Amino acid sequence: MLDTDFFRRWMTATATAVDREADRLTDLDSAIGDADHGSNMRRGFGAVTDVLEKESPGSPGAVLVLAGRHLISTVGGASGPLYGTLLRGTGKALGDAAEVSWEQLTEAFGAGVAAVARLGGAKAGDKTMLDALLPAVEALGTSAEAARDAALAGALATVPLPARKGRASYLGERSVGHQDPGAASAALLVAALAEAARTDEGGRA
Amino acid sequence: MSARAQVGIVLVSHSGPVAEAVADLARGLAAGGATAPVAAAGGTSAGGLGTSADMVAAAARSVDRGAGVALLVDLGSAVLTVKAMLAEGDELPDGSRLVDAPFVEGAVAALVTASAGGGLDAVEAAATEAYGYRKV
Repeated sequence: MLDTDFFRRWMTATATAVDREADRLTDLDSAIGDADHGSNMRRGFGAVTDVLEKESPGSPGAVLVLAGRHLISTVGGASGPLYGTLLRGTGKALGDAAEVSWEQLTEAFGAGVAAVARLGGAKAGDKTMLDALLPAVEALGTSAEAARDAALAGALATVPLPARKGRASYLGERSVGHQDPGAASAALLVAALAEAARTDEGGRA
Repeated sequence: MSARAQVGIVLVSHSGPVAEAVADLARGLAAGGATAPVAAAGGTSAGGLGTSADMVAAAARSVDRGAGVALLVDLGSAVLTVKAMLAEGDELPDGSRLVDAPFVEGAVAALVTASAGGGLDAVEAAATEAYGYRKV
């Protein structure tokens, strides 16, 4: 079972990864966006780390709902409401259970991803974060590592696609040849989940 | 709700100066008497380009007179932030609504209608109708 601490580790591992990769995310965004994805994500997940320390939410669902709310209020760009909706949607689907199973997490994450799709109106192949998240949801039932690999492959598969959503869509065919920064950061979020799961197994051993 | 309650208007832009200027334009064109409350929520709280959910929430509270709040938005994060806030349900006053309208023309139509005492449905209809006016 996954406890509250597991979800805190997921969020802090995401913050660490976003901090480490912020320049790469911004480089990707400077090619087809407005060159602020790395700094926006760093600011957002920095705020998430701070608030999780300050408020110590008492359940897996509460950790994600709190994180989601802070992303919406601190990021300032479109990734704020999108990632905020992803985490809050996942957290709400988990309810207020003190521990959740991997199956429950898989199902809840699917609900969170569906909420993001509704909010942004995007679908698979539109060159968005969904191109990393949808394969991750598919693979999550197998294992965290499978989800990490599927998200990374999905993010890399956005390179040849033309963007159909957001600012990059104004570039049309000129967006081809660049990886979508949102898919790249989504792959970091899923990799951080696998990292938290690995720590969990190590802790049990 | 009192019969004199007016719909409030919030203008959410990526840019502080754009939101302020559109509010000024709408006030100027709606004038001829007292106008309904309109507030600008443009840019981030640090003064950069983007959307601040905190500024949107504060603006909506400041124009809420109990008759509903119409939120007009420009692009990208402004649209998504307001939609996410409405989905959350507790950050905006009761009767807050995202109005699908062109930003400048919709703002003028919304403020004129609200100032004339129109309810939220009438304000939304007037703002949305601005999409139907073709320029060529």
